[in-house]
Amino acid sequence: MTTTSTPTPSAPTTLWRKATAHQLFWPVAVLVALLLVNVPFTPGFFAIHLQDGHLYGSLVSIVLFGSPLILVALGMTLVIATGGIDLSVGAVVAISGALACLVVSKQADQGSVSGVLLGFALALAVSLVLGAWNGLLVARLGIQPIIATLILMVAGRGVAQLITDGQIITVNSSAYALIGGGYWLTLPFSIFVVTAVVALTMVLTRRTALGLLVEAVGGNAEASRLVGIRSRRIKIMVYMFCGLCAGIAGLMISSNVSAADGNNAGLWIELDAILAVVIGGTSLTGGRFHLGGTIIGALIIQTLTTTIYTIGVPTQTNLVFKAAVVIIVCLLQSPAFRAKVFRSGARKPSPVPAAPAPQIEVSQ
Amino acid sequence: MAEPQAAPVLQMAGIVKEFPGVRALSGVDFRLFPGEIHALLGENGAGKSTLIKVLTGVHSLDAGTVTLEGAAVRIASPSDAQQAGISTVYQEVNLCPNLSVAENIFIGREPRRAGRIQWKQLRAEAAELVTRLGLDLDVAAPVGSYPLAVQQLVAIVRAVSVGGTKVLILDEPTSSLDRDEVQELFRLMLRLKAEGVAILFVSHFLDQIYEVCDRMTVLRNGALVGEHLTSELDQVGLVKLMIGKDLDVLEELEEHHLRPAVGEPLLAAAGLGRAGGIAPFDLEIHTGEVVGLAGLLGSGRTELARLLFGADHADSGKITIAGTTSALREPNDAIGRGVAYCSENRKTEGLVPDLTVRENIILALQAARGWTRPVPVAQRDELVAKYIQALDIRPANPEAKVSALSGGNQQKVLLARWLITQPKLLILDEPTRGIDIGAKAEIQKLVVSLSEEGMSVVYVSAELEEVLRLSHTIGVLRDRRLVARITNGPEITAGRILETIASGAHDVQDTQDSSVRSAEPSGEH
Repeated sequence: MTTTSTPTPSAPTTLWRKATAHQLFWPVAVLVALLLVNVPFTPGFFAIHLQDGHLYGSLVSIVLFGSPLILVALGMTLVIATGGIDLSVGAVVAISGALACLVVSKQADQGSVSGVLLGFALALAVSLVLGAWNGLLVARLGIQPIIATLILMVAGRGVAQLITDGQIITVNSSAYALIGGGYWLTLPFSIFVVTAVVALTMVLTRRTALGLLVEAVGGNAEASRLVGIRSRRIKIMVYMFCGLCAGIAGLMISSNVSAADGNNAGLWIELDAILAVVIGGTSLTGGRFHLGGTIIGALIIQTLTTTIYTIGVPTQTNLVFKAAVVIIVCLLQSPAFRAKVFRSGARKPSPVPAAPAPQIEVSQ
Repeated sequence: MAEPQAAPVLQMAGIVKEFPGVRALSGVDFRLFPGEIHALLGENGAGKSTLIKVLTGVHSLDAGTVTLEGAAVRIASPSDAQQAGISTVYQEVNLCPNLSVAENIFIGREPRRAGRIQWKQLRAEAAELVTRLGLDLDVAAPVGSYPLAVQQLVAIVRAVSVGGTKVLILDEPTSSLDRDEVQELFRLMLRLKAEGVAILFVSHFLDQIYEVCDRMTVLRNGALVGEHLTSELDQVGLVKLMIGKDLDVLEELEEHHLRPAVGEPLLAAAGLGRAGGIAPFDLEIHTGEVVGLAGLLGSGRTELARLLFGADHADSGKITIAGTTSALREPNDAIGRGVAYCSENRKTEGLVPDLTVRENIILALQAARGWTRPVPVAQRDELVAKYIQALDIRPANPEAKVSALSGGNQQKVLLARWLITQPKLLILDEPTRGIDIGAKAEIQKLVVSLSEEGMSVVYVSAELEEVLRLSHTIGVLRDRRLVARITNGPEITAGRILETIASGAHDVQDTQDSSVRSAEPSGEH
């Protein structure tokens, strides 16, 4: 092939092109647009003020309330990258919260840090086991991921109910309330947890070879086997990681309200998480994954929820509003759609070539 | 065949197509006459595929004109091409195996009345079409029940069943067919030619082109080199045009096999076999030895190779590698003992298309190290650069997506992937299938030099000449049995191997032939 140096277009065009070609451009653009929509309705939307040594403001709330979703979506990203899916994260959220609350509520002194830590440790250990269960079903028994995780999605809610004995367990523990509702260094504590987990995930996937191997397994499972990748082990690991992330999210959600509700905690969070992953640019067919994109995706979904409240969309119709925004985001992400919309007029559908009037092909 | 009297049905002039950084076609002219079979030739990356994709509306062209029956046309999408009478059959068969032959032929265009499909009419029309084209098929049987070769024929029938097909493009239709199947395909092509269809034929097998084509157009580096009548240009001249240089590289390999195989036994298989795949066989491979495996498609070549690598489970026998005997449960076990395997299916069993050239090259080494020990960046980049250069992978850009590379370069990426791990035994299954003659010669040369450096190689190929040229020992397979092991030498010829394949050195029943043939789809795919 002859390689010719392409003529360099003027600098701004190149920059623009480079920017729009970037994986994160459209998700970030949508996020910014959504945030801006709020300004006319809530004039001080971007304002952040310090009160009692805590930072308050809409942006802080979005991150605070979005934290569990970011965590769940993070784990989901890796699972989806291997070509799988995990529908059970919502159930794991419920189980983890229920277990932790149960342990703490049984303590003589609910405020004791050791009791809370014990509850956390037990909840996270169980979350890991549940993730391993999913992983074994998928990787060892070869059950399709959507079915394998559906089992726990359905059964897990029952398990959570069993743990809470069908009641809502409430706890009264400031130590417990810290992870999902408390503040540290003026910021919500959950932001630190999320940052730590994100950083850990990035190191784990990009500083080791885990990310490459995950992408290989998701990109071509058979080729990966023939190249000697222990894909079962990799899959079990990512399902365990996903379970762990859901477990931490469960702690946050229950901590935020100081209660464990086996029925409603983390309900439908799996769908939001999958959506966040897809908005972030990771394909559901597996392969390449984008952690940054997932985080943006989760923030978009949380911002959307906030926006629905601030602009006063009636509660009955907020799902319709949400659906409309999601459709727009997905369309914007599609290169085929962008090509059609942004270059319409320049290209008309070509007439049937057998048409009598000869036309000349114009070079672009 | 003299210059046809008729005007060309298709004329492309001054076609230019650019991809970012690459000019894939620079002002190519091409014409096609009705009722001719026209070969489009060139090395990988010469622009054949791009030209076809421009013609079929997959790519838009940057400049140039396309004229169909005298009128300029614009082909902006594959459906435009179809409507204009340009049909294409690609290398990979795109049929639904679970649907019947008739349904596949008329899929999306079923005869309907009041919205309901007229099944009787559909079958009758399909049967009539199939008969007219001289094929003997049950149109009610599912396509998946036929061997791949027949599926290919069905794909062609579907392509020409669109009313008014003027141009039929066959992109590498023969690459996975055996000799008889190719003849069947040619009969169909000649029949269509007699009906006045212009056929554009792409193949890497020069013999086939000389057998069936009237005219050929040669491309090199995205430019037109020339258009010739097949009768006026011999094979040597053609190859010179294609690669722009002489064939010395191939010729200097000729004497290689005369070098005696020296070295210790590296691998010994005793009674290794797998039911439905390959009958138990014994095989010994020495260090530095090239063992060629010859046989027809479906004879068990691939199955044998896969057992040596642990890609499939052996259900009998044992395998000894470098002195230790233990079963290969997973490819991992073989890789750990220095065995590497390049599958014949580059796309489905080799490449990870999403990943870059660098990531694909590093994959085997990384898998062996495990996820906790990434290959250090500096070492990785150095290794990748070294192999990109040594194997002349183009474009020499480690960041390029591997799926954007041409077939020959993809094959080199897979070779690099394994060479980086410095295996003791390299199993190559059809490494030169579907790639151009230049890259082919390079890969053959590489095999020779690897063997001289002490690496053992198992070389599976449908091309006897290739096996003969490279191997110290030739294993002949027939009907899923290793029927002979021949020590290569000057007296061994392709004819002799063919005889062995045809007769079978052992007690092979000839009646098995048909059953084995029909078992192909399940066995090979």
